Amino acid sequence: MLVAVIVFPGTNCEIDTKYAFEKLGQSVTLVFHKEEQLPKGVDLVVLPGGFSYGDYLRSAAIAKFSPIMKAVIAFANEGGKVLGICNGFQMLLEARLLPGAMKRNENVHFISKFHHLKVIDNNNTFLKKFSVGNILNVPIAHGEGSYFIDEAGLKELYANSQVLLTYCDENGDVKNPNGSIDSIACICNKAKNVFGLMPHPERAIEEILGSNDGVKMLEGFIH
Amino acid sequence: MKVIVNIQLKEGVLDPQGKAVHHALSSLKFNEVKEVRIGKQIILDINETDKNSAQKRVEIMCEELLANTVIENYTIEFPTC
Repeated sequence: MLVAVIVFPGTNCEIDTKYAFEKLGQSVTLVFHKEEQLPKGVDLVVLPGGFSYGDYLRSAAIAKFSPIMKAVIAFANEGGKVLGICNGFQMLLEARLLPGAMKRNENVHFISKFHHLKVIDNNNTFLKKFSVGNILNVPIAHGEGSYFIDEAGLKELYANSQVLLTYCDENGDVKNPNGSIDSIACICNKAKNVFGLMPHPERAIEEILGSNDGVKMLEGFIH
Repeated sequence: MKVIVNIQLKEGVLDPQGKAVHHALSSLKFNEVKEVRIGKQIILDINETDKNSAQKRVEIMCEELLANTVIENYTIEFPTC
């Protein structure tokens, strides 16, 4: 599988993301945001975490106008698989590839720690290796991660099985670090080829570093 | 021509910064403050003399970039000076 990891000015998780997919035996190419085309034969595009354009105006507000984004949006609209992690999730929202918007964390702090997540739906590429109700432990690191969507939009998300992960405690009970609506941590689009999440699966691939729950997430794209 | 764009979170969208500032004002004993909402102001200087066409262009700017209309409202003002 060929994975393209897009690098924007201010992106800082591209090497971790590349390392994670390479550890799983995949080919990874870093693509600079000024490119206008994705490499031929790409199977998965990853928009990695970071602070693209210094978070100026709003997180990811400016990144959506980078030259490469036209190609990414076209790729997604043709059914190509796209994963947005953290700042990448914010980009997918700003580019309207996913519904809703991201707000400042409810407690106005930048939160960087491991957090438990609950699998709400596994009928999709990303989480197909898990069972519904599984509890994962994956790092989060964000200041604007409070997911917002209006009531009608939220209903639609549930109706189409687009809510994939929620924040929880180690027992699976509700624990909401940032004020996200319904503690939502991960969603996908209706066609289930575009995925966005605030937690960092690429930082959870070595048990010795706290967790390898990210491996099974990324493996969903591979086989 | 100067154009002022004010951007605010929509009614009903919780403003955590405003809440934190409200809390701080309360602890300074400014008890008369009922609510605090924080927004941003963007001041544009544009090459245009006609107010109507400026209004139209700035609306497009707001829709495409300056505001995220999922959660934010914007107003456009033309300062008189």
